[in-house]
Amino acid sequence: MARAVPLRSKIGYTAAAWAVALLIFFPVLWTILTSFKTEVSAVASPPQLFTADWTLENYAEVWQRSDYPRFFWNSVILSVGSTLLGLVIAIPAAWSMAFVSGRNTKDLLMWMLSTKMMPAAAVLIPMYLIFQRTGLFDSHIGLVLALMLMNLPIIVWMLYTYFKEIPAEILEAARMDGASLKNEILYVLTPMAVPGIASTMLLNIILAWNEAFWTITLTTTKAAPLSAFIASFSAPQGLFYAKLSAASTMAILPILVLGWFSQKQLVRGLTFGAVK
Amino acid sequence: MSTQSSRFAARLMVAPSVIVLFIWMIVPLGLTIFFSFRLYRLISPERTGWVGFNNYIWFLNSPDFWLAISNTLLLVGGVLAITVVFGVLIALLIDQPVWGQGPLRILVISPFFVMPPVAASIWENLFMHPQNGMLASAAQGLGMQPILFLENYPMASIIFIVSWEWLPFATLILLTALQSMSSEQMEAAEMDGASSLSRFRYLVLPHLTRSITVVVLIQTIFLLGIFGEIYTTTQGGPGSASTTLPYMIYKQAVIAKDIGRAAAGGIIAVILANIVAFFLMRSMGKFLDA
Repeated sequence: MARAVPLRSKIGYTAAAWAVALLIFFPVLWTILTSFKTEVSAVASPPQLFTADWTLENYAEVWQRSDYPRFFWNSVILSVGSTLLGLVIAIPAAWSMAFVSGRNTKDLLMWMLSTKMMPAAAVLIPMYLIFQRTGLFDSHIGLVLALMLMNLPIIVWMLYTYFKEIPAEILEAARMDGASLKNEILYVLTPMAVPGIASTMLLNIILAWNEAFWTITLTTTKAAPLSAFIASFSAPQGLFYAKLSAASTMAILPILVLGWFSQKQLVRGLTFGAVK
Repeated sequence: MSTQSSRFAARLMVAPSVIVLFIWMIVPLGLTIFFSFRLYRLISPERTGWVGFNNYIWFLNSPDFWLAISNTLLLVGGVLAITVVFGVLIALLIDQPVWGQGPLRILVISPFFVMPPVAASIWENLFMHPQNGMLASAAQGLGMQPILFLENYPMASIIFIVSWEWLPFATLILLTALQSMSSEQMEAAEMDGASSLSRFRYLVLPHLTRSITVVVLIQTIFLLGIFGEIYTTTQGGPGSASTTLPYMIYKQAVIAKDIGRAAAGGIIAVILANIVAFFLMRSMGKFLDA
């Protein structure tokens, strides 16, 4: 709102807003700061925001004790792979729902979303058995498939809301000019939908990166991503605070930085097209 | 543009999504239904057979069952209430003329990027730990006894942690909605002498209804399945004090190793989730065509 406001109230609002934002962010900040402390100063009482004896030793030790690069690459492969595969399947579906919507399009969307309401714990054992029997257990393909299917309803839904905003007349014009269905999607629709597709992609990479049920229960070593890496660092009991913080920072920093840079597109995507 | 051929093509393009989702849903569900009528314990795998509804009867009569139901509802309801109320307040604050709105958004959205096991472990160890946590230090500094958060108030602590994870989502959606409000309307109301409270009640809140519905729908989908936060912090305890329905099923399957009973619990959870879904989808469906 571009209104003339007295300077004093602007200062007041700014101070209040920053205080609230810093409070929300504080646990993340505190974890990052603790990761640079020695174990002794990490549990110092009263807690110190900064210490004189800051160190990189925690990172070195976490790096040595575990195969961080493998976990990291597995996270990248699983989150990016499942998102791309999901987009390939979802784009045609969302396209036809948005432009050739029939009577039951809405029901279909609702049904898709409702598959996400099935509690994962309820089907853990069958899923485990299926993955064991088919050789998908602890494999990249298996986890990519599982994460893709988990997020597919969200991908379809988001793309649908974006595609709906594209005027149908443009597609009709392309068809008049003799564009085939394939060309229509590839050269007319896709370029116009790039911002929406990008938002969808970002959000789903983040959701897949942070998924921590199937990625832990359906992997052991080969395909285990960072969620499994951090699970192996839990239960530190006292003297591992700095190392736990270093491991936590290593698990969240890549996606945190990606999120910060893409924050604008991401928020647009998050609203599921319901907020203009 | 609904020629015969384009209709057919449209079906063809929706088909892959529908088919893979249907398989993903029906195969595990079918197996779970099958197991739920069987005697199937990993400790004594040689004893098998049909047991009728015994697994269901055991699950429904278990003293933990109603506790798990109420804990699940408490978790979903509590987190929804906290994130919506504080989300509205914080969004209103950030929407005011302030310096540095960009960096503010970045700070506020950050918890959303923290994966659940990390969020839970940060809060459990660095903040809520009774000896070394920051909140214990703060209590000692004030001359008070440290509070045993996860031991004495397990549900409240978990609701708090999950709310921290989801507050950014609610805040940023509501902020986006606020920023699309017309300022003329607000100024006109202001000139007509409407108090800020009645401006909020009659202008802002109606404008936010739609985005609040979205927040409630999306969060409910994710909150019904909350698992990692409980697994990392209390493991459903002390006793069963913080056991939710998904966690109770997990305990039956993985700790008690009784697949039959866990499967019966799974089917009960699926039925309950579908009841919730039905009501949510009906209220949400309105916003789809708009």
